[in-house]
Amino acid sequence: MTVEDLIKKEIFKVVVEGDDLSREVTGIFCCDLLSIAMGRAPSDSAWVTVMGNVNTIAVATLADVACVILAEGAQPDDMCRTRAGQQGVTVLATEEPIFEAALKVHGLLHG
Amino acid sequence: MAELYYDLHIHSCLSPCGDDDMTPANIVGMSVIKGLDVIAVTDHNSCKNCPAVLAAAREYGILAIPGMEINTSEEVHAVCLFEELKAAMEFDAYVYEKLIPFPNKEEIFGRQLIYNDNDEICGTVPNLLINAADISFEGLWELVRGYGGVMFPAHVDKTANSLIANLGFIPPDSRFVTAEVKDLSKLHGLKKSNPYLEGCRIISNSDAHYLEHIHEPKLTLEVKEKSVRGVLEALGGMEGGV
Repeated sequence: MTVEDLIKKEIFKVVVEGDDLSREVTGIFCCDLLSIAMGRAPSDSAWVTVMGNVNTIAVATLADVACVILAEGAQPDDMCRTRAGQQGVTVLATEEPIFEAALKVHGLLHG
Repeated sequence: MAELYYDLHIHSCLSPCGDDDMTPANIVGMSVIKGLDVIAVTDHNSCKNCPAVLAAAREYGILAIPGMEINTSEEVHAVCLFEELKAAMEFDAYVYEKLIPFPNKEEIFGRQLIYNDNDEICGTVPNLLINAADISFEGLWELVRGYGGVMFPAHVDKTANSLIANLGFIPPDSRFVTAEVKDLSKLHGLKKSNPYLEGCRIISNSDAHYLEHIHEPKLTLEVKEKSVRGVLEALGGMEGGV
């Protein structure tokens, strides 16, 4: 499943559309502490978190995740949106809790 | 008594997310132009631009307090201000040892520039400063007091990297007496859900990462005397020892 496929399911709101929607989503990673996500988020994963600040985007770029999904209605701040646009990182959002959001992606990948 | 226009939470170009134009001299100059009385430059987990900030502040005739915005092991951001530069630099060395030794990648996080007293780049910090330090919020007040400083939790109303968002509540055995709120219109609701804040002095700083975001002279802090010690006393830092 590509990021574009995930967007087309219309499960998540699109906050920022990244510059490579054709990249594959191959897994899911859930974590809110950036210092842990930084070293452990697998590349090409959909990273589900409630941390919507500028450093989330930096960590997403570093870890090379496929997209960021902000759960629990977490709002990205302005710097986060701007940086995501600059770095070409896809940011999606949902009111769902982290587990449910991750489960939906899991269902699409393995269902 | 004096009323001081303040901005006690400003990032310099040492913070990877801080704009490269945020040199110590530029920050001090902009603060003087705006008409602030007292500022603190508080980079993520570092005080390494404080010597240059204090030197520029002496030149411009504005009060500057050495400080740091620490990122605790819970990823709670807290502003630490110190009476003496020497103690701030000792705290800086202590915190740097507690950081995850993860090298900064400038192209992703930004540069971590150290400036000298002549407003020239004199070095960079190799390890990424925005990481969490292996220092818990619990005991942070006492730790900072040990260096002759005062700590207040940063932007407690924000949903990321704030005491209330990250821990879920204010630990009832907390000892801080000042709290920083970004959006003061949220204060009433915050106090309702966190009664601890009723007993706190509430301040609001810019958390500026760009020169134009440094606060205008609107909010004031009442101090007994216009000095670093006077400001730290007003923030509740100097009485009663550790």
